[in-house]
Amino acid sequence: MHIVVCVKQVPDTKIIKINPKTNTLDRRSAPAILNPYDAHAVQEAVKITKTLGKGTISVLSMGPPQAVAVIKKSIEIGADRGFLISDRAFAGADTLATSYALSKALERISKDMPVDLILCGKHAIDGDTGQVGPGIARRLDIPPVTNVIEVAEVNESEKTIVIKRKITNGYELIQAQIPCLLTVEKEINSIEYSPMPNMIKAARYEPVIWSVNDLEEVDRTQLGLKGSPTIVGKMFTPPKPEGGKRLEGNADEQIQQLMELLNDKKELFAGK
Amino acid sequence: MSEKFDVIVVGAGPAGTSCAYTCAKNGLKVLQIERGEYPGSKNVMGGVLYRKQMEDIIPEFWKEAPLERPVIEQRFWMMDKESAVSFGYKGLEWGKEPYNNFTVLRAPFDQWFAKKGVEQGVLLINETVVLECLTENGKVVGVRTDRPDGEIYADVVVLADGVNSLLAKQLGYHKEFRPDEVALTVMEVINLSKDKINDRFNLEDNQGCTIEIFGDSTKGNLGTAFIYTNKDSVNIGVGTTLSSMIKAKLKPYDLLDYLKTHPMVRPLIEGGESAEYLAHLIPEGGYHSVPKVAGNGVLLAGDAAQLVNAIHREGSNMAMASGTLAAETIIAAKERGDYSETSLNQYREKLYQSFIIKDLEKYKDAAHTFEHYPQYFKEYVPMLNRAANKFFTVDGTPKKDKQKEIMKSFTSERGTIRVLQDMYRAWKAVK
Repeated sequence: MHIVVCVKQVPDTKIIKINPKTNTLDRRSAPAILNPYDAHAVQEAVKITKTLGKGTISVLSMGPPQAVAVIKKSIEIGADRGFLISDRAFAGADTLATSYALSKALERISKDMPVDLILCGKHAIDGDTGQVGPGIARRLDIPPVTNVIEVAEVNESEKTIVIKRKITNGYELIQAQIPCLLTVEKEINSIEYSPMPNMIKAARYEPVIWSVNDLEEVDRTQLGLKGSPTIVGKMFTPPKPEGGKRLEGNADEQIQQLMELLNDKKELFAGK
Repeated sequence: MSEKFDVIVVGAGPAGTSCAYTCAKNGLKVLQIERGEYPGSKNVMGGVLYRKQMEDIIPEFWKEAPLERPVIEQRFWMMDKESAVSFGYKGLEWGKEPYNNFTVLRAPFDQWFAKKGVEQGVLLINETVVLECLTENGKVVGVRTDRPDGEIYADVVVLADGVNSLLAKQLGYHKEFRPDEVALTVMEVINLSKDKINDRFNLEDNQGCTIEIFGDSTKGNLGTAFIYTNKDSVNIGVGTTLSSMIKAKLKPYDLLDYLKTHPMVRPLIEGGESAEYLAHLIPEGGYHSVPKVAGNGVLLAGDAAQLVNAIHREGSNMAMASGTLAAETIIAAKERGDYSETSLNQYREKLYQSFIIKDLEKYKDAAHTFEHYPQYFKEYVPMLNRAANKFFTVDGTPKKDKQKEIMKSFTSERGTIRVLQDMYRAWKAVK
């Protein structure tokens, strides 16, 4: 089984600061990290190969040369090898151009070793679109399965996979063919503390770096800024919510206060 | 069986990285383990980097290292409640190559320095805690980390894990500190615009200034305060020995607040925005507190070996120099194929022949003297301020009479004999 996990380097939005005057990220305040959902995708790949007792995990990323850091981080979690596509031609890509470039890199990877499964995070915490994973699946003509919370069974001989995915009012259990592409939620697993041999391997690891010339049959008009129809109209920091009332006291007291408040505002429930 | 290295360096501060860098540069297989998220994330110092010891490791480092400002002025204040007697030196030649020292922020600097080590072939692993040294027949043969499959082996383990070296304690090299052997320093990084810094400290771009403050900055206790200028921030901090804090019932953050609101200090940092707050122990025991630094398969460097000259606030340079000496020792030991205590004791000899131990020896009784006789900070600093006030106030009294009055005030407050005793004692402690 050959699993490819697509990973992205993102600014750590937990501690990020926005410059209120220019509405841009204060880069000094935001260290670059492996997108947390992608980390869970790598961890899931490790889990799957461990269950099967064999398999190869490759990670693929697109970004500037310093994005090597997220590939090394993936090796720490347990990936076997990594590929980075890095070229000025890719710069400024939106989700459409990104999924095109990544699908080209995936074609290149599968030429040497056919890919059985592609894993992605649900979305990146900087853009929150969740479009790149399905975009890749569409281009490679394989089924996308989003919001995966459990990989219940992988049957290599039958080429099937059983997946639990989150839906609005619960979950659904589905079977898909292999190869397919999954995008995973955080609750799919918990990230394990990486063993020391992985840390040493990662410190030493140098991923394969491909430029656009290393990919085959690439339509350059579909890459980077040129291949990106998305236009950012405006960026702003959402204003802090004002007003409201903060309930104090212990849980019981707070519930009591909340019930009273709701009782006073029966008009809110008039329709029911 | 896991992999074996020539050297495992525990810690990625100045001492650890100097050692790892030099070892790797000489072809040794080095593993460096840092507990923080990245080198520098857990490190604290006032913020002065000395050019000489850094340059010995990486020539012309100032051309690429993330430095703040070259220090062109060093000021010293003997501060009282509403006054200060100050002296200092400002030299524009310090603003040019080869420079004297620089202000730095530790997080970017340590990361850069560690990266230089990685470029030499050091394998750097972050976010990993070394729990203990592995020993076999009394010889240190590796370390056990907190990770699964976490045992790693090496010919030599270098402990550069900082002032409170738990590993050195486990090996029995460190005792628990006495409260007078360590200082607790708290500091803040305060963001302030470049223009404001230049105006308030009388600097131009790319010129830095350091101020060391004695006396009321520590409410008369043994210790110092400091203000260092970065590019667009100021480091302000204060530290006293733990024993003084206990005796005077001081809380470190209260002391820092006292300093920041002191009328002599407040105008310098007014309007600044606090960016970081840090606290750190500094080994100040000096010569008498230096532990065993070499054992079977193990060496101690930097703060872990208590190598800090408290009087001259020098620590990072001693850390770097000791790290390099440890590396030289290991390289020679590898040639001999002998990592026994006898072989590694060459490190101890190198330390004692270097400026490090010589400087610590020169001041071996200084801290003790000033701690034991509190009058230096508590009484003489205010006396000096009153004397300066008297001498420089123009009130129609002849200068000669003023001098007499001043001398009389000194001797009448403490008595002639005691003043002479104090002078002699202080001179003896620092001679």
